[in-house]
Amino acid sequence: MGAQIELVLYVGALGLLAVGAAGLVMSANLFRMILALVIAEAGANLLLVLAGYRWDAVAPILAGQPADVPMVDPVPQAMVLTAIVIGVGVQALALAMAVRIYRAYGTLDFSEVRRRMEADIAAETGIELPGSRDEPAGARPLPPPGANPMLTPEEGR
Amino acid sequence: MFFWMVLVVVVLMLVAAVAVLVLDNMIAAVAAASVVSLALSVLFVLLRAPDVAMTEAAVGAGLSGLILALGMRRLGLWRLDNPSARQGDRDA
Amino acid sequence: MRNLASLVFAAGLGFFLTVLLLQFGFGEPPMIVGQAIQDGAAETVGAANFVTSVVLAYRGIDTLGELSILFAAAAAAGLALGSRRPAPAAGEDAGFILRAGSDLLFPLLLVVGLYIILHGHLTPGGGFQGGVILAAAFFIPVLARPSRGLRHSTLSLVEGFAGAGFIVIGLMALLWDGQFLQPLLGTGTLGSLVSAGTLPMLYLAVGLKVGAELAGLLVHLMAREEGEA
Repeated sequence: MGAQIELVLYVGALGLLAVGAAGLVMSANLFRMILALVIAEAGANLLLVLAGYRWDAVAPILAGQPADVPMVDPVPQAMVLTAIVIGVGVQALALAMAVRIYRAYGTLDFSEVRRRMEADIAAETGIELPGSRDEPAGARPLPPPGANPMLTPEEGR
Repeated sequence: MFFWMVLVVVVLMLVAAVAVLVLDNMIAAVAAASVVSLALSVLFVLLRAPDVAMTEAAVGAGLSGLILALGMRRLGLWRLDNPSARQGDRDA
Repeated sequence: MRNLASLVFAAGLGFFLTVLLLQFGFGEPPMIVGQAIQDGAAETVGAANFVTSVVLAYRGIDTLGELSILFAAAAAAGLALGSRRPAPAAGEDAGFILRAGSDLLFPLLLVVGLYIILHGHLTPGGGFQGGVILAAAFFIPVLARPSRGLRHSTLSLVEGFAGAGFIVIGLMALLWDGQFLQPLLGTGTLGSLVSAGTLPMLYLAVGLKVGAELAGLLVHLMAREEGEA
C-alpha cells in the first residue's frame, strides 16, 4: 500500500511538471503558455511538499497532542509557502507583458508575433535577417546533382 | 481509504491539467487551471500541510484565476460565443 | 515534428525523474533540521504553528526576500501595463446582484482576513493567506462599482509603511540582540493570542503589504486603455 501511494503521488507531481513543460514548448498561443507555466509551478510545489511527508505523522501544529507524536517536516512547507506567492507574482508579470505585446502587435500567436517583430526591426534598421526559425543559418544552396560532395568543386569537375 | 482519496484527487488533477492545454475556449482553460489548483490544495490537506493548502487555495484557485480572467478581458479572449474563431487575433 | 519531439522529451523527463525519485525514501525524510525545530521551537520561539516559526523566526530573511520579489514583480507589472486611465463614468456599474453582494461581503472578508493574519502563529494561516483575502476584500467593491475606483495614494502609503515596518522591527532586533529579525519581546504563554513576541507584528506587516500590493495590481489590470476592445 505504501509503495502504491508513493507511486501515485510521484506520478501526479511529475505528470504536472511534464504537462506544464510540454505545454510551454508546444503551445502557439501566448496565453496558453502562461497557463502551462501555472501548471508547471503547481507540479514543482507538490514535489517540494512530497519531500517532507512522513508516514502516519500529523500536521506541524501544536494542538494539545502529546509531545512525542511524529510530525511532518515543516521546512519544505515553509519553502513552498514562499514559492506559491512568488509564482503568482511571476504570473502577473507574464500577463502584463502579454498585454503589452498584444497592444503592440495585435495578435497572440507566437510565430506571427515573431515574424512581425522581425519585419519591424528590418524596416527600422534596414538590416535583413538571413535566417528564420526553421533555417537558423540561412538558406544553404544544395550542390548541383551528380557532384560528389566529398570533393571540392575543382577536383570533382 | 487514504489511498483511494489520493488516487481520485490525483487523477482529477492530471485530467484537468491536460484539459488546460487541449480545450479551445480560453475561459474553459482558465477554469481548468483553477480546478488543478483546487485539487492540489485538497492534496495538500491529505499530505498534512494545512498552511500550504490554505495558501494554495487562496492564491491558486482564487487570485491566480482572477488575474488570468482580468488579463483575458484585456487580451480580447473573453468570448463566450463562437469558440471556434481564432482566439486573440485582433486583425483577423 | 516539433510537437512530437517535445512530447517525447516531456515523457522521457517524467520517466527519468520518477526513477530518480524512487531511489529516495519516500515517507522517511532525514528530518535533521525538522526534528531540532520540533523539539526546540516551542520554548525558543513560542509559536504553536511550527511553519510560522520557520517562516518568520528561523528563516526570516527568506521572507524578506520574498516580499522584495513580490514588490518587484508588482512594480514591473504596473510599469509594463502603462499609465493608469482615469476611472470610467458611473454608467458602467455592475448589476444589482454584484453590488449588493459586494456590500455584504466586504466586512466579512475584512474580518476573516484580519483574523487569519493575526492568528498566524496559532492556527494554519498567516500574513500571505490573510493578505490575499484582504486584497480580494478591497477589490470586490471596485468590481461592483468601477466608477469609484481605489485611491492609489492610500494603497501605496499602506504598502510602503507595512514594508518599512517589517524592516524596522528587524533592525530593532539587530540593535537589541545583535541578530537581524531575531524574535523579540519574549515568548509568552504558548497558545494565547499575545504570544511569540514580535511574530504577530511581523505577520501583520506582511499581510498589509501583500494585500495592498495585490489590490493595486488587480485594479491596474482591470482598467482598460483607449482603443482596446
